[in-house]
Amino acid sequence: MDVITVTGLTKRYDATLAVDGIGFSVPEGATIGLLGGNGAGKTTTIAMLLGLLIPTAGSIRILGHDMARDRFSALAKMNFSSPYVALPSRLTVEQNLRVYCHLYDVAKPSRRIAELADELNLHDLLGRPAGQLSAGQKTRVALAKSLINRPRVLLLDEPTASLDPDTGDLVRSWLERYRAESGCTILLASHNMGEVERLCSDVLVMKQGRIVDRGSPHELLERHGRHDLEEVFLDIARNRTATAEALV
Amino acid sequence: MIYASGRRIWGLMYRHIALYRASWPRLLELAYWPTLQLCIWGFTASFFAARLGSPGIIAAGALLGGVLLWEVALRTQMGLALGFLEEIWSRNLGHVFVSPLRPWELVAALVGISAMRVAIGLAPALLLAWLLYTFDIFAIGPVLLLFVANLMVMGWWVALGVISLILRHGAGAEALAWSVLFGLTPFSAVFYPVSILPAAVQPIALALPSAHVFEGMRQAIAGGGVAWGHLAWATGLNALWLAAAIALFANQFRAARTSGALISIGE
Repeated sequence: MDVITVTGLTKRYDATLAVDGIGFSVPEGATIGLLGGNGAGKTTTIAMLLGLLIPTAGSIRILGHDMARDRFSALAKMNFSSPYVALPSRLTVEQNLRVYCHLYDVAKPSRRIAELADELNLHDLLGRPAGQLSAGQKTRVALAKSLINRPRVLLLDEPTASLDPDTGDLVRSWLERYRAESGCTILLASHNMGEVERLCSDVLVMKQGRIVDRGSPHELLERHGRHDLEEVFLDIARNRTATAEALV
Repeated sequence: MIYASGRRIWGLMYRHIALYRASWPRLLELAYWPTLQLCIWGFTASFFAARLGSPGIIAAGALLGGVLLWEVALRTQMGLALGFLEEIWSRNLGHVFVSPLRPWELVAALVGISAMRVAIGLAPALLLAWLLYTFDIFAIGPVLLLFVANLMVMGWWVALGVISLILRHGAGAEALAWSVLFGLTPFSAVFYPVSILPAAVQPIALALPSAHVFEGMRQAIAGGGVAWGHLAWATGLNALWLAAAIALFANQFRAARTSGALISIGE
């Protein structure tokens, strides 16, 4: 069963076509990567999936809900994390999580916060203001916030950006475990090719607002004759091929 | 459904309450201006009362009543608009608007916070008015609640207008959160009757609920009873202005979701 179905999704800002009629579907429990350079349309696509942005054309259905008419029913079962969106810095971690327990109508907030603190090793951070945390600690807290309602769909925009390799690896391991245990569907926009290769069963590659390639990481590597996704990314971004490069 | 809605409203209110609980300077700031205003105008009113005798005492009462009641509108408007700006400043809007929180629930939470800010901000001023100038605004009687309610509603619709402008023009419009209602002070006839204003300006004043509230307040303080006509005008005008502000907010919120301003606001 497809949890996300996107058809003919388009976003135009005056003369700029940010997203150009893309379509894709995401099956339940899958982790799909959204790859593309800066300005490729990934963040715009995620913003439309979250209802932050009204599409110029096309439709989005998430968990059976039409996002144009009934986005709040879907939003209650989804969540989102991005290093570019912050939590109020003067509130403690616990207070922040409590706010989102209320916003997502989570039963027994104290118990849920304790569960997340156990899972993400947050106990020492609960009483500290969110603004005083390191980048890695903030990422763990943002993840806790994004899991507060046990989402069935999780949208992650560059979840490990600006993290050191150790913390990044911990986050990726945790996401793998969470998806396996919960069956959650994840859409992951990232510039980290290793991360996409490790976490995603399928990848959508975007360029200039369009999906220009798609497939499993293995399929993409085979199709482009490359050994890692970074080379595939560069091939697509620079309109080059492995064969032509070998000739040069 | 109603319970979930109430929880979301409370969730956002809790976020602001937690902020105030952790910061005494923020609490102090709430009471600072109303108290300062009251002191300045209170001593001025005492001076008039001492020099002019009985008419001066009535004028002094009207002056102090005006200061206190106008602060209700000012603090309500600022409380609501600044509550919204807090979300922008903390870069938290992206999280708030992808939660199931409806736009009207956001406004309801901000209204709740603004009411709390008014209560905390005005309590010391009311106490000082009573202690220093033996001025008891509650002596106006139960009608005072209707005056206060009308001024709070006026604060809401002005704030919704400010938020709409912020949604339309971004953080560049945030200075209006502090200044816009001050601009309406001359037309609101806070310290003088509408009849003092130039004839061309009087229709503007009479289109504002505040002018009717203060006309009614002066009548009550002078012992002229309850000015039901002015109260009816204030209530009717508030209903009209509030409906217009809600329509403007809904329109600008949708426009911000179309233009992408909801994502980039504050940058």
